[in-house]
Amino acid sequence: MKPTDLVDNRHLRDDIPDFGPGDTLKVHVRVVEGTRERVQVFQGVVIRRQGSGIAETFTVRKVSFGVGVERTFPVHSPIVSKIERITRGDVRRAKLYYLRDRIGKAAKVKEKRD
Amino acid sequence: MANTALVAEKVGMTQMWQDDKVVPLTVLRVPSVRVVQIKTAERDGYSALQVTYGTRDARKVNRPTAGHYEAAGVDPGVKLVELRLEDTSGYEVGQVIGPEVFAEGQLIDVTSVSRGKGFAGTMKRHNFSGQKASHGTHNVHRKPGSVGACATPARVFRGQRMAGRMGGAKVTTLNLKVVEVDTEAGLLLVRGSVPGPRGGRVVVRNAVKKPVPVISGEAE
Repeated sequence: MKPTDLVDNRHLRDDIPDFGPGDTLKVHVRVVEGTRERVQVFQGVVIRRQGSGIAETFTVRKVSFGVGVERTFPVHSPIVSKIERITRGDVRRAKLYYLRDRIGKAAKVKEKRD
Repeated sequence: MANTALVAEKVGMTQMWQDDKVVPLTVLRVPSVRVVQIKTAERDGYSALQVTYGTRDARKVNRPTAGHYEAAGVDPGVKLVELRLEDTSGYEVGQVIGPEVFAEGQLIDVTSVSRGKGFAGTMKRHNFSGQKASHGTHNVHRKPGSVGACATPARVFRGQRMAGRMGGAKVTTLNLKVVEVDTEAGLLLVRGSVPGPRGGRVVVRNAVKKPVPVISGEAE
C-alpha cells in the first residue's frame, strides 16, 4: 500500500472490467467538440497495461486503413465512458510490441479458449 | 509576512482527475500542530508562533525542554518550529492548528529542505550544456570548459559557477494552489511539487507575494 492511497482510492473507478494484454476491447471515449459532446468508439487489441493505482494506463492498437493506430488511455480517466471486452487473447507476454512488426494475418492475436 | 502558517509532513505525490484533466498533487499531512509559545514584538522583538507537532517519547525529552513543554501544557512533539506571522493575536498557547486554516483554491508557499545531491558537476548543478559527444572530444564530455580569460584578468571572477555541493538547502516554492483540504484525515492536497523527500518536514504559509484572498473560513 502506498502512503498516498488514502487520497487515490476515492478517485478510482470501479466500473472497469477485468482485461489484460491480448484482449480486444471497445473503448468508448467521450469527445468534446466545442459545446457538443459525443462518444467515439476505439476498438483494438490491448498491447500493454502499465503503471498502478490511479496512474495506470493501457494501450490499444488497431490497424485503420492500413495504418497502425495506437491510443493510450488512463484506466481511471473520466473521458473513458465505458470499456467493453470483446474477446480474450491467448498471449504469452505482457507487452505485445511484436504486433507492430507484423502485418495481415500474422498480426492477429489468437482467442483464448477455456 | 504570512498571516497563517503550518508545519506538515510530505506524504508523497499522486494525481487526480478534475474536469477531464489530470491534476498533479502533493499530499501533505498535518500532524497535530500545537502552539507552545507566542513570540511578540514587545517581548521578543518579532512576532511568531512556536509550535510543535507529532509525538515524542516523554522519557527522551531532556529536562529543560520538558519544562518548556510543561509550562505551555502541551505534549512534547518531534521538534520545536517557529512560524513567523504578522499577527499572532488570534492564537493562544496550547491551541491545535489544523489544515482548515487554509481554504481550497488559496495560494500558498511551501518551504522545505531540498534533497541533497552531493557533490554535483556543472551540468547537473547549473544546467551547463557540457561538451560534444564526438568530433575529437576526449574525456571532457561533462566538463565545464573555460572558466575565464588569460593574462587579463589573470584570475577567475568571483561567482563563476562551478561544481560543488548541490541540494540540501532551504527552498521555498511560491504560489502553489491548495486543491483540497481534508480536515478529517488532516491532509492538504497541493497542486504541483514541493521540495524535499517523502516524510520530510515542510512549512506551509499563505502566499506572501499575492494578495490575501477574502475567504470566510480564513478568520479562525
